[in-house]
Amino acid sequence: MSRGIVTFILKRIFFFIPTLLGLLILVFIISRVIPGDPAALVAGETATPEQVKAIRIQLGFDQPLYVQLGVYLRQLATGDLGKSLYSGRKVSQDLFDRFPATLELTLAAMFISVVIGIPLGIVSALKRNSLIDHLVRGFTVSGLAIASFWLGIMLQLFASMWLGITPLGARITGPVPTPLTGLYIIDSLLALNGQALLNSLKHILLPALTLSFASLATLARFTRSGVLDVIQKDFILYERAMGLPPKVIVYKYILRNALISTVTQVGLLFGLLLAGAVVIETVFDWPGLGLYAYQSIVLSDYQAILGVTLVSGFVYVAVNLAVDVVLTLVDPRRAEL
Amino acid sequence: MNEKIMPALKETLLFVSDLTVHFYTDRGIARVLDGAELHIAKGEVVGLIGESGCGKTTVARSILRVLPPGGRMIGGRIRFKEQDLLEMGEKELNTAIRGRRITLVPQDPFNSFNPVFPVGTQIRDILKWKGEGRGKTKVDEEKILEMLSQVQIPSPGSQLKKYPYQFSGGQRQRLMIAMALLPSPDLVIADEPTTALDVTVEAQILRLMKDLVQGRAISVLFITHDLGVASEICERIVVMYAGQDMEDGPAESLFTDPRHPYTRELLESLPNPEGLIRDIPGEVPSLLHPPPGCRFQPRCPDATASCSRERPERVEAAPGHWVRCYHPVIKSA
Amino acid sequence: MSGARLAWKKFSRDRLAFGGFLIILALVLTALLAGVLSPFPEDTHKIHPATRLKSPSATYMLGTDHMGRDILSRLLFGARVTLVISIIAVATSLLIGVPLGLMAGYFENWISELIMRVADIFLSIPQVILALFMAKTLGPSIPNVILALSLTYWPWFTRIVFAETRSLKKSVFIEATEALGANPLRTILLHILPNVSSSIIVRSSIGMGYTILTAAVLGFLGVGAQPPTPEWGVMIAESRQYLPDAWWYAMFPGLAIFLVVLGFNMLGDGLRDIIDPRLRRSFE
Repeated sequence: MSRGIVTFILKRIFFFIPTLLGLLILVFIISRVIPGDPAALVAGETATPEQVKAIRIQLGFDQPLYVQLGVYLRQLATGDLGKSLYSGRKVSQDLFDRFPATLELTLAAMFISVVIGIPLGIVSALKRNSLIDHLVRGFTVSGLAIASFWLGIMLQLFASMWLGITPLGARITGPVPTPLTGLYIIDSLLALNGQALLNSLKHILLPALTLSFASLATLARFTRSGVLDVIQKDFILYERAMGLPPKVIVYKYILRNALISTVTQVGLLFGLLLAGAVVIETVFDWPGLGLYAYQSIVLSDYQAILGVTLVSGFVYVAVNLAVDVVLTLVDPRRAEL
Repeated sequence: MNEKIMPALKETLLFVSDLTVHFYTDRGIARVLDGAELHIAKGEVVGLIGESGCGKTTVARSILRVLPPGGRMIGGRIRFKEQDLLEMGEKELNTAIRGRRITLVPQDPFNSFNPVFPVGTQIRDILKWKGEGRGKTKVDEEKILEMLSQVQIPSPGSQLKKYPYQFSGGQRQRLMIAMALLPSPDLVIADEPTTALDVTVEAQILRLMKDLVQGRAISVLFITHDLGVASEICERIVVMYAGQDMEDGPAESLFTDPRHPYTRELLESLPNPEGLIRDIPGEVPSLLHPPPGCRFQPRCPDATASCSRERPERVEAAPGHWVRCYHPVIKSA
Repeated sequence: MSGARLAWKKFSRDRLAFGGFLIILALVLTALLAGVLSPFPEDTHKIHPATRLKSPSATYMLGTDHMGRDILSRLLFGARVTLVISIIAVATSLLIGVPLGLMAGYFENWISELIMRVADIFLSIPQVILALFMAKTLGPSIPNVILALSLTYWPWFTRIVFAETRSLKKSVFIEATEALGANPLRTILLHILPNVSSSIIVRSSIGMGYTILTAAVLGFLGVGAQPPTPEWGVMIAESRQYLPDAWWYAMFPGLAIFLVVLGFNMLGDGLRDIIDPRLRRSFE
């Protein structure tokens, strides 16, 4: 790797820190500065005035803001996200427990989006203005207009309630495979547990499909315009004129260039998936961070919601950073810009 | 068609006859080429001159059959050696002709390289996929390095790993020339190879091309709009206007003794020592609704009624010097 | 033909943009005329336990909900809620984001850096989650939803205006204006703003679609409009209990959302195609 690339990557990692800090401060401002009585928020709706006062002192909300900020940052640095009102446990513990479920769902959705979305985009671009192209374009335009939670409910209605071919919700019915990664599909594969594998797949099908919908449409769309863009470039003409076989041109040259614009979208897609997880998990009773967020909203468990917000922000920024680094390795020109 | 009129002296390598190409656009049918004719002999460097939009690049793309979407070949024949390229199957065209017997030096060295692969990969790919069936032929690394030093790329071994953006325009064009010569082609089509380069670099590249071509028995179709550049390197020049070939003659006599009114106007519009700039009055015709007959006729000072009735045939105005005109220029002593 | 007429002609010939435009026109008319069009306008607040969960029929064309209210009427009034929320939210985002973008793009100093950094920070949390968090903090109500939506969408305007302003700034005619000594405010308002306005319009249309979806999500999760307000997301949330029998209750509000967002997306895409013909199908 050339020096230029390494310095570029280091710079990017370096800039990650102020953004992260900004994120933390933003959440701080929203949770402590804006509300009339932050202690009341944390104490919950059923708290008595004495309880609110007690929490205010206990959590140091009576201190001057800059002191609060210091404490807040210090706590976050040690991973302390406060206590959940509902479970009584540390929020970080709650999040940690629920993380694998959301991870599995998000990965499955990402997998579906990539495996279906990218080829759709490529075929659509290569056969421009054909029937397939119009179908794909129609699909992408409408795919982005459907409310994901509604889609999930409709799929539940059709597939689970009317046709009875998929379960209504949850991750698995029956014994959980030996927990190694927390991802049921992987765990059942590792334990060679065919029944658990089949069961988990049946359960994850609808939620993953629903979650993947918006990002699938986006991916197909961006891949399509990426490929269309590349096809018109001079170097493709040159490669054709010099007799490079069409398969080589498509698979090696066009794909690489088009994928770059697609990978740029992966970071954004991840954000879509994270946000979508909240409603999808709610609809399908999927015991992950999203459902946790929903339950916390219903129960007004403020610390929990705050924890989810912080964690999703952190993960989102981290993923975008990773995407940036990968992109630079794939297309070294970025380092020179 | 008119094979009996062709020069019997040198062996003909490429014979384009009666080539008509239309582009289908949103605004109608653009008749980009109208019965264009062109021949290149073995080892000959032929220039194809004309203003932008006259169809020169389309001729090149037609020979290689890489027209843009919307382009269609309506009629004509392209004889290359013993075969008609327009009748050849796509697969055979791809393995036997493109990048093999006929190669291309493109106009824009900046954009003709794929930016995300090292140049070495791209060079090897040109040579690799020419085998029969699904085969890949083995690439001769030595040959590549040798060619790179011939085009004056220093320390070629280390350069192959670099990406296109790490080279200057002139260097990229040298690489393009190397790639065009590596397959040992019979014909190199150079489409405005120096237009995108600085003037000083242009001179170097021209000199390089001249040297390399003279050493081998390679024909060149040198496309340009720059008369000066053409005069440097071409033995024979074909003048095109609005999709039609107008004149075809040896370089020296074309410049000193042009036979077609358009060529004459072109030469006179070049900046001259007195510093006066003369325009050719009028505008290039729209290809959507081109004038009938000779397409230069609306702007031609010598035009008569017959010029718009039917396009003139090729007539040998002087030995080896052909013109399509009912009123060719006769030079006053 | 004047510039406006020419633009209209071009616009009306583009099926995508025009189709979207028609859908939105229908939406606006529906919202305005909801009182006239609804068979049961009082169902926005009155309940009729006797007619609960009736399937679609001639009287109740889209069926009734769990309180016996006509779903069609509530959908029509819901259009009003949706439009009000989204228009105000997008307009507010615009009013915050565009000036910030212009400033950041035009000046090249620490202020620009600061603005763009702040925009990045707001974008670092997925919007739905941030809006959720804000809405929960502020308390569930329509004004708070609007505020939360505006505060999460403005960075998109800022980003696009920033990029375009920066590139415009390098263009020759802006340099000329500056050389002639025009003051920055004038330059920005008279020269730069008109040129970025087309991008702003495209982004607004797409933003409307996006905001409507996000507002529906917030309603579904219970942090937005509260019952008995006939907000489409809230209606879907309420319908869940009554599945699979009262399928109409869940289906139709979702279809309404789909149609409306589709309309705005089509319009935005079509506008983008018209405005940036380079991206369009060209014959070359």
